[in-house]
Amino acid sequence: MSGSERPPVAEEQLRYARVLEWGARLGLAVAVAAFALYVTGVLPGHVPLETLPALWSLPLAEYLQRSSTPVGWDWVGLAGRGDFASLAGIAVLASVSVACLAAVIPVYLRRGNRIYAALCVLAIAVLLLAASGILVVRH
Amino acid sequence: MAFACAPDAIAAGAPAVDGATAWWIWPLALFVVCFALGIVAVPAGVGGGVLFVPIVGGFFPFHLDFVRGAGLLVALASALAAGPNLLRVGLADLRLALPLALLASASSIVGALVGLALPSAIVQTALGITILAIVVLMASAKKSEFPDVQAPDKLGAALALHGVFHDVARGESVRWQVHRTPLGLVLFTGIGVLAGMFGLGAGWANVPVLNLVMGAPLKVSAGTSSFILSLVDSSAAWVYLNQGAVLAVVAVPSVAGMMLGARIGARLLTVLKASVVRRLVLGLLLVAGLRALLKGLGVWT
Repeated sequence: MSGSERPPVAEEQLRYARVLEWGARLGLAVAVAAFALYVTGVLPGHVPLETLPALWSLPLAEYLQRSSTPVGWDWVGLAGRGDFASLAGIAVLASVSVACLAAVIPVYLRRGNRIYAALCVLAIAVLLLAASGILVVRH
Repeated sequence: MAFACAPDAIAAGAPAVDGATAWWIWPLALFVVCFALGIVAVPAGVGGGVLFVPIVGGFFPFHLDFVRGAGLLVALASALAAGPNLLRVGLADLRLALPLALLASASSIVGALVGLALPSAIVQTALGITILAIVVLMASAKKSEFPDVQAPDKLGAALALHGVFHDVARGESVRWQVHRTPLGLVLFTGIGVLAGMFGLGAGWANVPVLNLVMGAPLKVSAGTSSFILSLVDSSAAWVYLNQGAVLAVVAVPSVAGMMLGARIGARLLTVLKASVVRRLVLGLLLVAGLRALLKGLGVWT
């Protein structure tokens, strides 16, 4: 134990927290707004809502075939559709950590903490690899 | 790309799973269930996905492929919602999280690819077994509020895996350090595979490894575990997204409900003992795990 005073929180943690908070808010806002437009019919979906109950119980490969849903980054071409516009918000949520990690690298470098700067770079590389769509499963 | 999704054409070739129920009932039910799960997930030291996948996979009409994709996203949402507060109060430690999250993040990509390649029945059965194993692990694993770490290991010392956190419930600051860092790194690599394969998040495994193996205080373990999930599940979520295994109508209501619930859960973490909500979580997991196992074996479809 080391006393009753609250210890200071590291600068990089506070910066990470700030970016994380705003990025998560942005992603959620985009996803929820697009979803609201989708379910109210303002932004029609690639897959009509009324047909979904007949599709959402199918295995992935069959669903993709029957709904002509693209894989990889091809979904970006359908971002004007309500269902895929919602996925854009999800993509922001899944990308927030990249921005957070990038934001703290300068703090580590300023302190000469190259190990943690390198760890951040590697973590970003892993996230970008996952997001690239290079790694796929053939059904 | 051509619009090739005429409702009649789809309905003609697909089973009418829940034709008597309006489509919007299910997203609404998802939102309510995920809000409740979000409240209990963070104080229980789990990511939300471990509750979501067996419960929604067992009792909602969606295929397990989409449930796992959404499961990763709800675990991610829970972690993202709780992360800022946990970092600011020092319950999540960035230094402790980064090396572990890096390996788990990479291995979760492998897990996601394997999970999407396996037949559904195998994944469902394996999920049930995994959930029941988690129940046993959570019920039997000892917890140590403040583990006694006499000295850090060389790698832990080199990575400066130590710190001080303020325990609001006790009204005092606590110094901590970790040991067995190499073993922790290996275990987190395995945890990442399971997280990606089943879409479970991985707080159920993160906390015991951080607390019992590496010797981090229980509250730092729970907070850092939740933060690690934000990195691990991001990687696996991208794999599911790129494979087309994320349905907006499943994912968005789930994510929104979980994020709202997790914000409340993160505030409860500083004032509640984790054991209060763990019993509730164990009961839920037991039922959901049995359901997943029996569904996978074709006994209770």
